Amino acid sequence: MRTLIVIIQKEFKQILRNPATIKLIFVMPILQLIILPNAADYEIKNINLHIIDHDHSALSRRLTENIRATGYFRIEGYGTDRKAARHAIETEKADIILNIPASFERNLVREGKSGLMIEVNAINGVKGGMGAAYMNSLIHRFNSDIRTEWTGDERFMQAGTIGTTSSFWFNPEMNYSFFMVPGILVLLLTIVAMNLTSINIVREKEIGTIEQINVSPIRKYEFILGKLVPQFILGMVAMTLGFGIARLFYGIVPMGSYLTIYLFAAVYMFTILGIGLLVSNYSATQQQAMLASFFIMMIFVLMSGQYTSIDSMPEWAKWIARVNPVTYFIEVMRRVVLKGAGPGDILPELGIMSAYALLTNSLAVFSYHKRS
Amino acid sequence: MNEYVITAENLTKSFGDFTAVDRISFEVRRGEIFGFLGANGAGKTTAMRMFCGLILPSSGKASIGGFDVYRETEAIKRNIGYMSQRFSLYDDLTVQENINFYAGIYGMSRKAIREKSAPLLKQLGLEAERNALVGSLPLGWKQKLSFSVAIFHEPKIVFLDEPTGGVDPITRREFWQMIYEASDRDITVFVTTHYMDEAEYCHRVSVMVDGRIEALDTPGGLKKSHGAASMNEVFLQLARKAKRKGD
Repeated sequence: MRTLIVIIQKEFKQILRNPATIKLIFVMPILQLIILPNAADYEIKNINLHIIDHDHSALSRRLTENIRATGYFRIEGYGTDRKAARHAIETEKADIILNIPASFERNLVREGKSGLMIEVNAINGVKGGMGAAYMNSLIHRFNSDIRTEWTGDERFMQAGTIGTTSSFWFNPEMNYSFFMVPGILVLLLTIVAMNLTSINIVREKEIGTIEQINVSPIRKYEFILGKLVPQFILGMVAMTLGFGIARLFYGIVPMGSYLTIYLFAAVYMFTILGIGLLVSNYSATQQQAMLASFFIMMIFVLMSGQYTSIDSMPEWAKWIARVNPVTYFIEVMRRVVLKGAGPGDILPELGIMSAYALLTNSLAVFSYHKRS
Repeated sequence: MNEYVITAENLTKSFGDFTAVDRISFEVRRGEIFGFLGANGAGKTTAMRMFCGLILPSSGKASIGGFDVYRETEAIKRNIGYMSQRFSLYDDLTVQENINFYAGIYGMSRKAIREKSAPLLKQLGLEAERNALVGSLPLGWKQKLSFSVAIFHEPKIVFLDEPTGGVDPITRREFWQMIYEASDRDITVFVTTHYMDEAEYCHRVSVMVDGRIEALDTPGGLKKSHGAASMNEVFLQLARKAKRKGD
């Protein structure tokens, strides 16, 4: 026990004395939490729209105004020149062209129907698709608005219409930061835990102090625990800091209890620390350890359901996402923060994560040899 | 004083078909300063790593402080000190913190560490640098501190692997003064070196060539038997026989 305390003390001194680790633990989470949720979300804004208006009627101007007022579109160009519009798409200045034909208003008034055409730049498929969908629903609403104006309330019309009313659960304001921030917190904790551990042990290898440790009576588990405990505490500090920022900047307070989150986070941390240890056991230099943990992090992050929906992945990719520990924590985090899940609701995930923690750490202890 | 603390009998270490250490046998008495010489690649470091329990021998027998190198490596580790070729204190810890850490992992109590480190720092002339980072000290001071830390927990045996590499002659002399003091306290010193003047300071010297011990005697005895004026000549005579290339 005394040996363990001595090791932990030494680790803390070294970590706190190193400006790089301090930055990694404290500055990075703050910056990432402030920047990422505002930049990286699924919402498409600033769709560049080019309008070709051959009609120049009151109606076409009103439609243009309606589009502008939504805030989703930025009207990049307006005119009658088809060439200019094509050029705007080709040079990526415009994402969508809206064609208003010459007799748009007249046809609508006289014949009761009229057409519009949307042309979409589909290079960025998501942006194009979402933009077209926004535009369609916008035109649809515009359509029913003028019908109401011209023919009176829809209730008095002969043909029935189906209306839909949506109710958004768990995140009623559809606030994207509510969706993103819990996940980003998980990723931060993962980066801190994995990088610190893997680099830490390899550093001792590089400077040669590990040999001095290996000729000492320190036991394997003492050495590894002595490395894990400080990283564990620092990871928890980083996460607490993250929750503080989430509350301060985004007003995010978990619906469930912090206790549930910290319980799961503790088990999760040990899993990630175990992976970090494994990486360090098989790396000879800090660069190697960095590259290996960077590679693992890439897969962990991209296959975690944070930035891409797991449901829309192909079957083989879903399997990767299913064995990815990050997926579980993000899922649990969202459930606790947004739905108010309690410890009982996350039992299956907690069980799986405990198995992971046991597995990675056993492998780490097993693969660390005091004797070569 | 004829108690043996290190015994080796036909101790061998092979890596594949390369025999790094080839059936070496010798004994070292308690309190003795035993010089372990050999050209680069002769197998010194491998032999020393076997004695410290860092690698398992392939065959042969050896005991360190009465403990078997196959089965009782953890007991060996409690009873030895070790100073490697590479500087092995933490540059980002202070002098006192390094002492606290290394003494602590050998199970010394806080009180014992405190009582012992004050006179040590005074003796080393490092009282003013107690709270300075070790990284900021000159190399000579670092090496002396390393040695002091290696014997701080009063081991039976201390293994020194080229402890004075890159150190100036004055510091080397001071370093050997410290080795003598340790030997006076009955700590056995097992030391490898490439400096032949240092070999003269040892009680007994062995010379390894191609994994085998070619000669073992007091420095005086070796000079006599080889008809040489200095240890340097003895070493050159023996090392020339080497077929293996140094690294």
